[in-house]
Amino acid sequence: MARRSVPVLKQLLSNSPILNQTRSVTYMPRPGDGAPRAVTLIPGDGIGPLVTGAVEQVMEAMHAPIYFERYDVHGDMKRVPEEVMDSIRKNKVCLKGGLATPMGGGVNSLNMQLRKELDLYASLVNCFNLPGLPTRHENVDIVVIRENTEGEYSGLEHEVVPGVVESLKVITKFCSERIAQYAFEYAYLNNRKKVTAVHKANIMKLADGLFLESCREVATKYPGIQYNEIIVDNCCMQLVAKPEQFDVMVTPNLYGNLVANTAAGIAGGTGVMPGGNVGADHAIFEQGASAGNVGNDKLVEQKKANPVALLLSSAMMLRHLQFPSFADRLENAVEQVIKEGKYRTRDLGGQSTTQEVVDAVLAALD
Amino acid sequence: MASHLLRRALGSYSNPSIAFAAPRAFSSSATTIRATLFPGDGIGPEIAESVKQVFREADVPIEWEEHYVGDQIDPRTQSFLTWESLESVRRNGVGLKGPMATPIGKGHRSLNLTLRKELNLYANVRPCYSLPGYKTRYDDVNLITIRENTEGEYSGLEHQVVRGVVESLKIITRQASLRVAEYAFHYAKTHGRERVSAIHKANIMQKTDGLFLKCCREVAEKYPEIKYEEVVIDNCCMMLVKNPALFDVLVMPNLYGDIISDLCAGLIGGLGLTPSCNIGEGGIALAEAVHGSAPDIAGKNLANPTALLLSSVTMLRHLELHDKANRIQDAILNTIAEGKYRTADLGGSSSTSDFTRAICDHL
Repeated sequence: MARRSVPVLKQLLSNSPILNQTRSVTYMPRPGDGAPRAVTLIPGDGIGPLVTGAVEQVMEAMHAPIYFERYDVHGDMKRVPEEVMDSIRKNKVCLKGGLATPMGGGVNSLNMQLRKELDLYASLVNCFNLPGLPTRHENVDIVVIRENTEGEYSGLEHEVVPGVVESLKVITKFCSERIAQYAFEYAYLNNRKKVTAVHKANIMKLADGLFLESCREVATKYPGIQYNEIIVDNCCMQLVAKPEQFDVMVTPNLYGNLVANTAAGIAGGTGVMPGGNVGADHAIFEQGASAGNVGNDKLVEQKKANPVALLLSSAMMLRHLQFPSFADRLENAVEQVIKEGKYRTRDLGGQSTTQEVVDAVLAALD
Repeated sequence: MASHLLRRALGSYSNPSIAFAAPRAFSSSATTIRATLFPGDGIGPEIAESVKQVFREADVPIEWEEHYVGDQIDPRTQSFLTWESLESVRRNGVGLKGPMATPIGKGHRSLNLTLRKELNLYANVRPCYSLPGYKTRYDDVNLITIRENTEGEYSGLEHQVVRGVVESLKIITRQASLRVAEYAFHYAKTHGRERVSAIHKANIMQKTDGLFLKCCREVAEKYPEIKYEEVVIDNCCMMLVKNPALFDVLVMPNLYGDIISDLCAGLIGGLGLTPSCNIGEGGIALAEAVHGSAPDIAGKNLANPTALLLSSVTMLRHLELHDKANRIQDAILNTIAEGKYRTADLGGSSSTSDFTRAICDHL
């Protein structure tokens, strides 16, 4: 009986992802790859400083080969200071807490400014069920790749006559092509099977039609990856009913915002989803879904913000910097803490403070 | 000819402040009310028959005027809907529409677009509530989405600037925003709702959604007993999928409304169960079933009439026949809750006629 169960046990162990990842990393570094890298750190507003502080603590405990250059930027500034932009251009990688965007002001959001100037054209949110965290939906593992520079967020508005306002939504072939290219490349390099384009081309025939055309062209270059299209309102309905049908989703700017936040909501909440903005030369990592990334005053006062999202985003950053074993250790520690369930912040149904969660992660690091 | 023009001019004259002051007295059950019925295509005729049967059993004082979508384009309306059909809706003030499949081809306007433009239907109202007994992942949904239906991102104004660069215009006007905000608060007041939330993205689209919000705030001041809040759309999406009980009445511009109302329909079980009503100038109400015409099950007595039945209930509420509306709604909810008679899409095996019979028995 014991002899027959050993091969079964071996099979189970080899399939278990967590146990697999404690094997040693098998990539061969180039000499000098271990030199510490500089990363720009922007704590931001609201809960930002709290969660970036958490990341700093964990990075130090792991002795990760990165050091942070910290800069203070706040949402009510008119522009991002030049020294911060220079630092990001030099380091190429940045980690950021949330920046509050003032409403109806006339000030262009600082987040948009960073994205435009550094040409971070792809925004990525990875929404997946964390083991041990109960949600209404199972088997969710969606990556939403959203065009980040144009579309409805072009910021081109004007008042035609008093009481009539126009806003321009701009779609270009150039931007649509490169975001489609990024989405398919991501799927290809990460062994994803399907890319879904989200659109509203039955109403906005020219604009979203151009986006779809670009996606279709790129799809022909990746015959091994399945491609399909879905209208955005149907997509939201399907996300709530059957999210397991989606894999990688590529969308223009506004729909991407909605779809990413919906997907984050069904998979566990915006407090746990990692994400980042990436361009040809630079990358900024921040909490995945944009909703609630600044938090509210109560969270700041009671120090109960959820650091998991930013910790997982910093793991993405470590992979981007090609330090995969540190990323694995960090992710394993975080997943273990969530699975155990003893230290969870309010949005996950617990009562812990940020620091308690961080301490638990530090204790779980191997 | 002159009378036609006069009727058209009077029909489209609008004064928003008295549009729904309800000058018509609908509550008397002695007089029958005429209502226009568009059965539609596909499963339309069968589910329309269900509605007629239930209304007959419940003694609802409505006389139906049926109109069909023709196969000839009417030059006066530029579509397959005839001028007489539209006149009938304008005259009666209420209508019920089944699913209509827009025929493919050019040279005519889409049917829904024709209805919207000709009848000036400016608000789309979708009450979304969890059906007791039909289990979805969400059990406590009870909200109404009110969507501006005429402008916004769906103005259809697009053009190619140069090759590879396309612009699409999103238009927000003070008049349309005030109109839909007024209706939202009026609806909240007459249906006993406590909170109205305006959904927007004014942190990015500062002038357009900013104007929409300004109009909502103006109207909110006139209804001090109703709580008013503003929620950014990404927050709203996230909160809807985590905890839909947080919302009560939602009012939003066109595109967000489209997406959020479909998302809410998904929360309660899909478009086959969602009622919908379009409100036009002059107090016109056109209730409709928002699902498709399902040509594959047309004529087979398998269709689920719930959406059209619940839409007809919203129509009755608009006519202020609240006791009849409540009776029919309770009958529908009880039938579904019991679980003995359910059509195929809800996981049962009853036919349309069995389901309708069960509802009539529950009345």
